[in-house]
Amino acid sequence: MANKTMVEIRWHGRGGQGAKMACLLLAEVAGQVGKFVQGFPEYGPERMGAPITAYNRISDTRCPVHSNIYTPDYVVVLDETLLDSVDVTHGLRDGGAIIVNTPSSGEVIRPKLRGYTGALYTLDARHLSEEILGRNFPNTALLAAVVKVSGVLELEAFLEHIEASFRKKFATKPQVIAGNLEILRKASEEVMQG
Amino acid sequence: MKTALSGNEAVAYAMKQINPDVMGAFPITPSTEIPEYFAQYVADGVVTTEFVTTESEHSSMSVCIAASAAGARSVCATSSCGLALMHEMLYVAASSRLPIVLACVNRALSGPININNDHSDSMGSRDAGWIQIYAENNQEAYDNFIMSFLIGETPQVRLPVMACMDGFITSHAVENIELLDTEVVQGFVGTYEPEHYLLKKENPLAVGPYDLSAFYMEHKVMQAEAIRASKARILQVAENLAAISGRHYGLIECHQMEDAELALVLIGSSAGTAKASVDELRQMGQKVGLVKVRVFRPFPAEELAEALYHTKAVAVLDKAESFSGCGGPLFAETRSALYDLPQRPQLINLVYGLGGRDFTTESARSVFERLAQIAETGETGPRYAHMGQRTRGSAT
Amino acid sequence: MIRAQDIHENTPWEDLSPGGEIYEPGTALAFDTGTWRTNTPVLYRELCKHCMLCVPFCPDSAIPVKDGKRLDFDFMHCKGCGICKTVCPFQAIEMNLGGEVK
Repeated sequence: MANKTMVEIRWHGRGGQGAKMACLLLAEVAGQVGKFVQGFPEYGPERMGAPITAYNRISDTRCPVHSNIYTPDYVVVLDETLLDSVDVTHGLRDGGAIIVNTPSSGEVIRPKLRGYTGALYTLDARHLSEEILGRNFPNTALLAAVVKVSGVLELEAFLEHIEASFRKKFATKPQVIAGNLEILRKASEEVMQG
Repeated sequence: MKTALSGNEAVAYAMKQINPDVMGAFPITPSTEIPEYFAQYVADGVVTTEFVTTESEHSSMSVCIAASAAGARSVCATSSCGLALMHEMLYVAASSRLPIVLACVNRALSGPININNDHSDSMGSRDAGWIQIYAENNQEAYDNFIMSFLIGETPQVRLPVMACMDGFITSHAVENIELLDTEVVQGFVGTYEPEHYLLKKENPLAVGPYDLSAFYMEHKVMQAEAIRASKARILQVAENLAAISGRHYGLIECHQMEDAELALVLIGSSAGTAKASVDELRQMGQKVGLVKVRVFRPFPAEELAEALYHTKAVAVLDKAESFSGCGGPLFAETRSALYDLPQRPQLINLVYGLGGRDFTTESARSVFERLAQIAETGETGPRYAHMGQRTRGSAT
Repeated sequence: MIRAQDIHENTPWEDLSPGGEIYEPGTALAFDTGTWRTNTPVLYRELCKHCMLCVPFCPDSAIPVKDGKRLDFDFMHCKGCGICKTVCPFQAIEMNLGGEVK
């Protein structure tokens, strides 16, 4: 790519899981901390449960490129079942990493990654979300995980700025803000390499 | 204010800052978010706009036409089939010389049905008499939208303006953006004060009369003169915007064109992607450049001729088919613009990106490779072709 | 600002109004459509009861009314359609051949 300092992230999820929202939230927060950002979804069939992809570019200079991302530095998978149907590590760069939402260990997940040998992280985002919010919204947990793993933003600065974004996003249901902040913090601690 | 917004959010925010009198609203992907965000502003009472929900796009444009004739600053947003359903009313707006501003979020026009980006919708309306300005990114979408009012409302112009951005690629992508202060925007656009309007009781008015053949031709000449006059006005308004924003816009944008031998001509978000390729190839010593067409109506013919006359080979990239069998709309007009030059570059046309087919830095590089060959051999090969499609016997 | 009465078939485009706007109301009044008539109504005043049925039926508003009484036809705008004759319950209106007012 034109800019070597740029970090490119690809999100895989299913319609309704919040991959797009996490992606746009990351762009918003990264923008607030002074980065140049892009966050954009790729729309397929607009249905709950259909596989969807979303992308982030984060860098120190404005990126003029407006294509999809084919060689990401990081891949985030919000739904483990996608591993069977989508080649999620396709184009993943050397030195990058994939983060999978799963209760399983890396040893269980790696054989599903079609020969991928790079870094793999896992996080039980569903469990975290259900424990704290009582519902399965894996996106915020994985957002914290990718910030931690990629180091694209300082974790503390990220947590500080995202609160303001949450206040805007959850203006009509402020009761979920504290829970989401707790999820972010726990997720950044619990994401593990495997 | 520096922030990060999607293209749709940026345009809705510009609308909020401008606080137009009337919005005719009907939703269609990918422009739906614009009336959606704006409806929230209306509900919150932060704008005083009369938000008129209608039963179709034919009606939302009709609302704008009636409101504009009545003397109201009127806005609208649509995409694809919505723009097609407005088609008749687009002509009425333009020929009645009503400076409505329409945010067109470009999407493929059926069929087969597709929600993703290309320019077939607004290119299908290119001869309706509207000024058309295309954005490369969210910043341009915001700036173009704000400038549109001053351009269209100028007495010697008095034409509606379509401020276009690429559906999803720009409309749904969150990117950094610099917003102007609301007072600055309001000072910039001022209040809409047409000389004649239906609700001006001192001066009753009839709008849209039946035009006999003894007068129709004359009114069309007036319209043609108005769109010609809009060119200077577009540049003047851009200068005024530069004074308050530091951002400079022309009818076209030349990137690395000073000594370029090979060049692309294209519209919209792909121009950004291609700029990255141009910069990369420049670092390798290749004399390449590109011309982004920002304003398609009026067509910047002289400007393109000047930008391209010293080049050797040029590829015009069309994000719309016109099914002429010999090239897309941008190609036809660019080629025509170069015809009067004493020496012309070799020109080819590639139709690309239809229905959301992605255009990457590699795509742009591959076009430059072909141009290099043409410049070297003088052989153009097929002048009109498509790119990015799967073709039997060739690797994807 | 050009006035409707000054617009004619020799007006150059530079002098016309944008979009063909007309900057005054009721300009149809000045338009002599009476010349289109091929039949002409005649009012027999002695039979007319001023019931006013003919007035709203006239498609060209060519029957003036004053102080509750209908007046003679406005022949500048009457196109001679004969609807007034058809609706008149008192046979107070007849149609003559030709456009001339007798």
